[in-house]
Amino acid sequence: MTDKNILLQSIEFDDEGYLADLSQWSPEVAETLAQQEGLSLTEAHWEILYLLREFYALYEHAPAMRPLVKAVKQKLGDEKGKSIYLMQLFPGSPAKVSARLAGLPKPDNCL
Amino acid sequence: MILHTLNQAPANTACFQSALSAMDEQDSLLLIEDGVYWALPAYSDQLASIPGRVFALEADIRSRGVGNSTLECIDDSGFVQLCVSHHKVVSWF
Amino acid sequence: MSAEGILIMTRAAPYGSSAARDALDAALTCSVFEQPVTLLFLDDGVFQLLKGQSPTEISQKNLNAVQQSLPLYDIERLCVSRSSLDSRGLGTDDLILPVEVVGDAELPQLLSQHRHVLSI
Repeated sequence: MTDKNILLQSIEFDDEGYLADLSQWSPEVAETLAQQEGLSLTEAHWEILYLLREFYALYEHAPAMRPLVKAVKQKLGDEKGKSIYLMQLFPGSPAKVSARLAGLPKPDNCL
Repeated sequence: MILHTLNQAPANTACFQSALSAMDEQDSLLLIEDGVYWALPAYSDQLASIPGRVFALEADIRSRGVGNSTLECIDDSGFVQLCVSHHKVVSWF
Repeated sequence: MSAEGILIMTRAAPYGSSAARDALDAALTCSVFEQPVTLLFLDDGVFQLLKGQSPTEISQKNLNAVQQSLPLYDIERLCVSRSSLDSRGLGTDDLILPVEVVGDAELPQLLSQHRHVLSI
């Protein structure tokens, strides 16, 4: 068994693959979950993941796409505050994928 | 033109007052469920201060034995007609 | 002026029932569907906006936390009834967010200027 499997086995997930306990998150957990998504995390990914964790600490919920784009725009500038930018980093459903990697619950109200 | 429905008995004065303050003369008020107790003679002064028309749902009036009401009573199809003849319905509960 | 947007009217105090949370969720959902939303706090609903809430002991989520994210959902118009504040001895300084205080006389117009009114 690899180290990564051991890491994930020590963590509890909900039915949809989101961390059951926010505090069990670590950058290694994010790396491992990213691999499952076929992503390798770059600086550009990390700044979004940390922004999400900050969002959750303040507002106690995971953002849907619209507020996520707006929060990214406010923190990281107009260039990055676009859905196309987030789509490129977290293909599929950026709000859901990025929330999962950041160790947050699944966003409510997410289309 | 809004139809306001109110389902709270007179103990809940705030609900009644708020509905009233949100109404203008083109609006209507429909008393339903426990709201029909407002149709009792004891509250006729308050009802008289309502700017628009006032209705009560017949079945709720009869079920509760609220007699002597001078209000216009309507049945379910009348309720539906009121809903479609107003722009929207706002419920107070 | 033609009516547009959705007015969500909420009259219940927080935590005693799920109404306050439901109203907030409805507002966020409307925003996700890009519908313009106005929130109206009436009667005990004004208690929802009191600052300094900390409901961890009663195992509930802090309403204030979600409320502070409303600008990120482009929900900027929060209306509060002046008479509801007055009769509870509250002022806008007691509230977590900047609000538009509306008098009783302005209520009929506020309701008629929105296409839909949701009472939660």
